[in-house]
Amino acid sequence: MAKSQVSQELAVQEKKELVSKEEKTVPARYYVQNTDIHETDDALTVVMEIPGVEKKDVDVSIENDVLRVEGRIDFAKYEGLEPLYTEYNVGHFARTFTLSNKIDQQQITAQLDDGVLTLTLKKAKEALPRKIAIN
Amino acid sequence: MAMLFADPFGTFLQFQQALDALRTSSWLEPSVSGGGAFPPLNVFRKGDDIVIITELPGIRKADLQIQVKDRTIRLAGTKPVEYGEKASLHRRERLAGSFDRAVTLPVEIDADRVKAEYHDGILALYLPRAERDKPKAITVA
Repeated sequence: MAKSQVSQELAVQEKKELVSKEEKTVPARYYVQNTDIHETDDALTVVMEIPGVEKKDVDVSIENDVLRVEGRIDFAKYEGLEPLYTEYNVGHFARTFTLSNKIDQQQITAQLDDGVLTLTLKKAKEALPRKIAIN
Repeated sequence: MAMLFADPFGTFLQFQQALDALRTSSWLEPSVSGGGAFPPLNVFRKGDDIVIITELPGIRKADLQIQVKDRTIRLAGTKPVEYGEKASLHRRERLAGSFDRAVTLPVEIDADRVKAEYHDGILALYLPRAERDKPKAITVA
């Protein structure tokens, strides 16, 4: 595994509010989760930070080559807490990506660890690079 | 027009607005022992006690250090971001690095009874207010 440098000091990343073409029916703010995307020969890996979202509250869907990930915060956990001082806002997460490669819809795996969602999207057979032998 | 009924869905938005209203107040003092603005903290009051909540996605429990001394709380750790050797990167938004932040609360806490919980990338610190710091009711004789 390649590791990026960890010696540098972490900076605060301001949360970006979601600006979406669709409108929500629920009056709450959505944020855009920080995402890393990397690709290997046979799969596309999408890594997203969705702190506070439980497994059951994550929705992943692919429709017309659009990958859509939504994570909802269980607001009930904040009940009875009175804010005194705040440095960040809390909200649901939603983000969509248009995929350029054909994805094998049957072979999507998702893993949630410590608030990080890792999606592995296997490429469809026809999208895999083929080696062509020259006669 | 004012809403005539309680809106259960609006509560979350109200909560978000309340969080925004309190941003950048000077309630928490930075401590001399550790600088850094990461991780951002939210401080709540729950009855008499203080609850500090912070988002630490991608940080393993084992890589997290929490220390409490008197009124000062120190959070330190490292956050790795890993990817496969042969992968080509399309997008990199997640940051890797180390952090060390110490803050001093304006109230006395009972360091022996501090509890920490870490789930789904969220750290919650339950800081009970020290008995000697609680206000005493005085009855007029």
